[in-house]
Amino acid sequence: MSLRIVKPGLLSSVQDRGRRGHAALGVGHAGAIDLPSLAIANALVGNTAGAAALEMTVVGAVCRFERATRIALCGAEIDARLDARTIGGWQAIDVQAGQTLDCTRFVHGARACLAVRGGFAVARALGSASADLNAGIGPRALAAGDRLDFGDATTGGASDGFGEVERGHSSDHRGIRSGRAGDPREVQGGRASDTWEVQGGRASDRRHIPFLVDSRRWFDADVEVPLRLMRGRHHDALDAASRRALFGAPFRVARDSNRVGLRLEGPVLHLAQPLELVSEAVTDGSLQLPPGGQPIMLMAEHPTTGGYPRIGQLAAADLARLGQRRPGDPVRFVECSLDEAIAAERRQRIELDLLLTAIRERVHR
Amino acid sequence: MEFEPLGESMLLVRFGDAIDVDTTQRVHAAAKVLRAAALPGLHDLVPAYASLGVAFDASTWDDGRKPPWCNLVVRIEALLERAATDAGAEAAACITIPVCYGGAHGADLAAVAAHAGITIDEVVARHCAVVYRVALLGFAPGFAYLLGLDPLLHMPRRAEPRLRVPAGSVAIGGAQTGIYPRELPGGWQLLGRTPLHLFDASAASPALLAPGDRVRFVAIDAARFDTWPRSGGAA
Repeated sequence: MSLRIVKPGLLSSVQDRGRRGHAALGVGHAGAIDLPSLAIANALVGNTAGAAALEMTVVGAVCRFERATRIALCGAEIDARLDARTIGGWQAIDVQAGQTLDCTRFVHGARACLAVRGGFAVARALGSASADLNAGIGPRALAAGDRLDFGDATTGGASDGFGEVERGHSSDHRGIRSGRAGDPREVQGGRASDTWEVQGGRASDRRHIPFLVDSRRWFDADVEVPLRLMRGRHHDALDAASRRALFGAPFRVARDSNRVGLRLEGPVLHLAQPLELVSEAVTDGSLQLPPGGQPIMLMAEHPTTGGYPRIGQLAAADLARLGQRRPGDPVRFVECSLDEAIAAERRQRIELDLLLTAIRERVHR
Repeated sequence: MEFEPLGESMLLVRFGDAIDVDTTQRVHAAAKVLRAAALPGLHDLVPAYASLGVAFDASTWDDGRKPPWCNLVVRIEALLERAATDAGAEAAACITIPVCYGGAHGADLAAVAAHAGITIDEVVARHCAVVYRVALLGFAPGFAYLLGLDPLLHMPRRAEPRLRVPAGSVAIGGAQTGIYPRELPGGWQLLGRTPLHLFDASAASPALLAPGDRVRFVAIDAARFDTWPRSGGAA
C-alpha cells in the first residue's frame, strides 16, 4: 500500500504517455493531456519518461501517503497542501508516511499531474497504464478508498535517499484496489506485477537538492492567448462567414467537453455545400465539424478514425495549452502554417529535452 | 497515392476518395509493407477505407532541416514502390461469426425486412450469403466495419440512436455492416447478436477481426446462443 485516495476530485485517473501500436484495432492512445507536464513531473522525482502518474481535473484529489516517497505536481496551478503546509508545483517534495496531500483547489488551469517516485504500479493494458475512460481500457477513474502502489520506474540515482530497494510482497500487488476491507476487487484484471517497492531511507540519507522548474514556459494562466491553428483539409469547404469566424470569433470550451474532445461553443459554422466523406485517421488537435456546426477539438482519448469534415489542426506546441482551458474559458484561433507549427513543435521539443536533461543531472548527482 | 501531413506527427497516405474494395486492399497492402519494414519512430498505423494514417515521432524523423514528414514520405514512397510490383493476391483469414438473428437479439430485423421489401428469412439468407472484408477497425476498440453488404439491405441509421447497444450486436449502418464489440451507444439497425467476444484488451491477440480479414455470418438459434462456450472462440 502506498497511496490512498481520500477524495478523487472531479476526475482523477492514472495516465502515462499513452498506448501505442494498437490503433489498427481501433484502440486509441489515451495518456496524459498535458504531456510536457507529465514528463517534467516524472523527471523531478527521478522517474523514467514512461512512468504512470495521476492526472487530476479542475478539482483535484485528496490523498494520503501510506509510505514515504518523493512527489512532484506539474501542470495546473494548485493551492496544494501537504497536511497544513502549502507546497508549490514544479519541484520535488519529500513526503512522509501518514501525510495527506490536498489538491482540491485549482487556482488556474484544468489539469495537473501528480508524479510519485517510481510511478504508480497499475496493471498495464496493451502496453500502457493509461485509463482510456471512453474506450473502457485500462484502469477506471479513481474513487474514494482506492489504493495505488508505487512502482519501480526510476532512472536510478542512489544519492537521493531512495536507493534502498526491497522486494515487494508478491501476488496481490497489481494496481488499483478498491478500499473496502475484504473486497480486494481490481479495476482491471492483470498479471501480478512483481512490484519493487521503494523504501523511504533514513532522514540523513536524504540529500535532497532542490530543483525548481521555471514553469512559465510550461504553464500559462492567461486564457486569452490565441492558439495556433492550421487550416484543415476541409477548411475551404466552409462558407465565407464561417471561414472568417473560425479565425476571428471567440469560442468557449463547452461544459460537455472531456478527454475525448473539447467542444467549442461560439458561432455556428457551416459548410458551403455538404461533403461526402470517407472515415480516415484523425489525431490530437484535429478540429472536426459535426452537422450541428459546433466544432470539436480532438484530445487524448479520441477515436482512431473520424468521418466529419476536418476544418483545422491545432499546432502541437499548443495542445497542452488548450488542455489547460476549463469549461467556460475562451478559445481564439490565429492561423499558422504547417511550417510554423513544425518549427514551434521543434523548439518546444528541444527546450523540453534540455530541461529534462538538466533535471536528471541534478537528480542523479 | 497522395500524402497529407495531419499536423506535425501524423501522415495520411491516401489511395482514393471513395469506399471500394480495390482501394481498401491497397491500403491494407501498404499497411502490411510498412509494418514489416519496422521503420523507426512509427507509433501507429491507422488503415481506413481509402487512406493509411501513419503516426510518427517527430524527433526521430527530424534532421533539423526538412520537415520530419517529408523525410518520412521519402522512405514510404520507396517502400511502397518496391512493394507494388510483388503485391500478389494473398489468402486472408476467413472468420465465421455465428449470429442469432431477430427476436430479443435483433430488434430491427423486421424493420430492415420491411425497408427492403423482403421477408425476415430472406434478410438473414442475404446477410449470410456474402463473404465480407474487414475494411477498418474504428469508432471503438475492435469495432469492425465490413465491406460487401448486399445493396438490397442498405438502410440508413436510426433517427434516434440507442444509448445502449448490447455487446456482440450485428447491425447495418447505411451500406455497411458491423459488430458492436461491447455495449456502446449506436444508431445502426440491429439484425442479431453473436456470442463471440470481439475484443479483449487483456488477451494476447485482443481483437477477433483485423483489417483485411474475410468474414462470413452463419445463423444460430437462441438456444445455441445461450449455450455458446463463454470463452467465445470462433465457430
